[in-house]
This record gives sequence, C-alpha cells and structure tokens, in this order.
Amino acid sequence: MGHPMRGATAITGLGITPMGRIFGKSANELAADAVREAIADSGLRKDEIDGLLINPGITGTTGGGIGLGLQNYLGLNNLRLLNHMNAAGSTAAQMVQYASLAIAAGMANHVVCVFADNPLTEGKSSGSSYGGASRMPSRPQGVAGLYQHAGFFGPNTSYALACSRHMELYGTTHDQLGAIAVAERAWAVMNPRAQMRDPMTLEMYHASRWIVEPLHLLDCCLVSNGAVAVIVSGADQAKDMKAPPVYVLGMGQGHPGDPLRSGSDWETETGAKIAAKTAFSMAGLGPRDMTQLQLYDCYTYTVLVTLEDYGFCAKGEGGPFVADGKLGPGGSLPTNTGGGELSGYYMWGMTPLSEAVIQGRGQGGERQQKNDAILCTGNGGILNYHGALILGPNRS
Amino acid sequence: MTDATPAPSRPLPQADEISKEFFDGGMAGRLMLMKCTACGALRLPSRRHCDVCLADETAWVESSGKGVVRSFGIMHQRYHPGFQTPYNVAFVELEEGVRLPTNIVGVANDAIRVGMPVVVEWDRYEDVALPKFRPA
Repeated sequence: MGHPMRGATAITGLGITPMGRIFGKSANELAADAVREAIADSGLRKDEIDGLLINPGITGTTGGGIGLGLQNYLGLNNLRLLNHMNAAGSTAAQMVQYASLAIAAGMANHVVCVFADNPLTEGKSSGSSYGGASRMPSRPQGVAGLYQHAGFFGPNTSYALACSRHMELYGTTHDQLGAIAVAERAWAVMNPRAQMRDPMTLEMYHASRWIVEPLHLLDCCLVSNGAVAVIVSGADQAKDMKAPPVYVLGMGQGHPGDPLRSGSDWETETGAKIAAKTAFSMAGLGPRDMTQLQLYDCYTYTVLVTLEDYGFCAKGEGGPFVADGKLGPGGSLPTNTGGGELSGYYMWGMTPLSEAVIQGRGQGGERQQKNDAILCTGNGGILNYHGALILGPNRS
Repeated sequence: MTDATPAPSRPLPQADEISKEFFDGGMAGRLMLMKCTACGALRLPSRRHCDVCLADETAWVESSGKGVVRSFGIMHQRYHPGFQTPYNVAFVELEEGVRLPTNIVGVANDAIRVGMPVVVEWDRYEDVALPKFRPA
C-alpha cells in the first residue's frame, strides 16, 4: 500500500497576475486579481471556497502586505480553514501541504493558497526593497548589531557567503553558476509571463556587475510586484473539475536552523536534504524518477546546492553536473522551465509552484516538458527553511 | 551654517541587557562569550537561553580571539551611506567554535581565503569597540 497522502489532493485552480514593475495596485488588490482568476480557472463558485491560506512577501515585513484582512477583502464568509503563514520562501509549498492535510482530514474541501507582494516602487531600484538599510537604526541593540556594523545587507550578503564556501571547498566556478543562469534565461525566452525574455550568453553573465562577490547581478533573482493563487481540492472532486488536476504525490519539509550555530554546515547542506527523504518516501519515488524540476532559485547557487541535497548528484559535484547545460531546453533534466525567479518572476515559492501547475497540466506550450513527476521546491531564509512537493498529472 | 553634514557612520551596536559583558569586554580588548553553566556550550550573547539545552544560567569566558575565515564575500552594491564599496564581509569561526559576522582587516580583499587563520583586532569608537579580524 502506498502512503495515504499520495494523490489524496490535487491543485485545481491557478491564477497569476501580470508580473514585475506593475504599479498602482495594493497587495490586497493584486491578491484579489489572482484569487478571482484561480476560482474562474477551477470552475468553482466563490462560495464553494472554504479554506484560505495567506502568505505575504517582503511587504509582510516592510508594510502593506496581505494579512488576515484579506478574507474580508475577498468576501469569503464560509471558511472552515484560515491562516496567515510565513516560513519565507518555503511557504508556498507548505500552504499546499497544510491545505492537503486539512482536506484529507475532512476539515475543508477547496482551499485557496495565495501569495501577493508589491515591494517595487515606481522610480526606485529593485535592490532598495530588500537590503533593509533604510530601516536600519544608527545604534542597533545587542550583538545582532554586529551584522549591521560589518555591513551585511539582506539575503544577497549571506547567500554570497554560502556560495563562496562551496566554491572554496569544491572548486565550483562562475562558468558553472553561469550555466544555471543561462539555462533559465533560455527557458524564459519561451515564457510570455517572464520578465526577462532577451537571450543571455555566458559572456553576458560574466560581464554583469558584482552585487556581492561571488554573486553577479545575473546570479540574483528578480524582484516582482504581483500575485499568484492556487486552489487545492480533494482528489475525488478534482477529477471532475474544469482544469486538469495536478496531483500532490509527495510532501516534505526541512528546517536546519541558525546559520551561526556551532558545527552547522548551513552553507553547503540545506533543509532540502531532510525534506527530500520525507517527500520521496511519501511518493514512492526517487530523484531518478523526476522528469522535470521546478526549484527555488533566489540565486544560481540555490539551484546548485538543492540539486546536490536531493541526490541528483553527489555533494560538491553540482558545478560539473550543471555545466553541460542539462537544465536548459534540450537538456536531460529540464529545470525551471518558466525561467524561474532568475529570469521569470519572483513570487517566492509561488514561482516554482505556478510553473509546476502549468507543466503538470500540459499547458507549457513550446516549453512543455515530460511531466510525469515534477519536483517543486521552496527555500527560504538563508538556506534554512525548505518545503518540497512532488506533483504530477496522474493520481497513481 | 555652511559646514557640510558629517559623513554618515556605520551602524554602531550598543549593549542590550544580555550583552553588556560582551560590549564592556570589547572596550577592554577582551572578546567575551556566553557559556551555558548547565551544558558548557558557548555562544554569542544573542539570547538568554542556551540553544543546545535551553538552560538560562550563564557565565562569561574570554575567547582566545583566534579563529579562521569560515566564508567571506565582497560587497560591491552600496546599500548604506556609512559604507564605501568594495568592502569585505565574513563569518569568522573562533577556535572555541563560536561564529560571528565581521570584517577582515589588514589584507587586500582579493587575498582573503576560506580557512585563513585570523586573530581579533578591535575597531574602536567613542563608546564601543567591535571585533574585526586580521590574518594571524
């Protein structure tokens, strides 16, 4: 007998707003646009929605982000399940997990999971929304202030430090990291929703400016305004609904904790290692069974270390593994087929999840890849939160 | 009133309730660590409870100030007016196992290496001294 949660639920609705430098809408308004589209896509009536899980992006911290008040904005009056969740970039996968568990337990039938964010301000740079310098006190309290005094600003700094250790320990090169960026851009060229659709070469990658060495600009994800909503339903109902169901075959999480703790190898071994065991075991599948990957890619390095932690290659071999272009169009391991967060759009864990749903339905158009088993991951914090989903078009 | 506004400074941390000994130690040139009296684990004084055993009884011990560069990066994007780019940022792991965010001084950015032995050097301001590290 397989795991009781394998194929118990499916994603039955998807709504995606325009992405990027989209101005003039609040986070609630963006969320409502995505939810309206997801409900229409599912064929449900709004009053059939009985669950709502809410994940704000960076505006949940900086102000203006979606919160519990979104329920009232959306006029959802029959909820049996409601929460405002935040485990950073792992939240989208986690929302689908908690929705699935609740549905399997009979606590809800159709759960909307929504992410919305609008950190970009007209006329201001993308970087200004995440560095945090504008919110920094001149006299920070306690040893947490050591970060600020040393000049650590936002996730760019900490991911650069993780990446530099991998490069030193395993000889990982910029050509190898660049291969990830180039592969994802080649996919984005085929995605009408992607923000970056001009072809990119490895030379262009090398020529892009440093943000935090060893990370070039083109190692770093985009920043986007927009929203994505998905609907999770029980598998028995999903098979008769309007959209082709994308079944949830496996779920897992892994959260290794504080990067500063003594003895941690947080830079090169992430929560993906823990999540992989749970998710693959539930699905009864392994890395070799995955026909395509939708991996959280806040940085090129995140993709590389995630591939290692899921066992697609040995620890330390991620660089040579990706260097032949196998992640890109025509490659043997299609990855981030919508362009990911590097070249597509940055909706935290909803970026890989939204593309996984498109691919799972077979609606990827010219970028459609074999979709029997899709690994979809979310990574958050500084490589310290991880959520995994294994998705596919067939329940068994 | 024609004087230019003074250049903005880096953020300068101040002691909070649990880190007073750390900051007092810095002014005296001593790198102080919190030690859990229940299990002996060492940590920066960022929390009242031991993150190994959750005890909240602590003592203070002085670090040797010696360590290695755990990882480093070079900041090129300028986020804050108190910093001139490029500058380095690093995690140093002390020989006692405790890690801290810092800068490496006394060496060119392109000569910093993971695993490089370093020793503490104090960056002194009027009312606070912060631990930086130079090649040992």
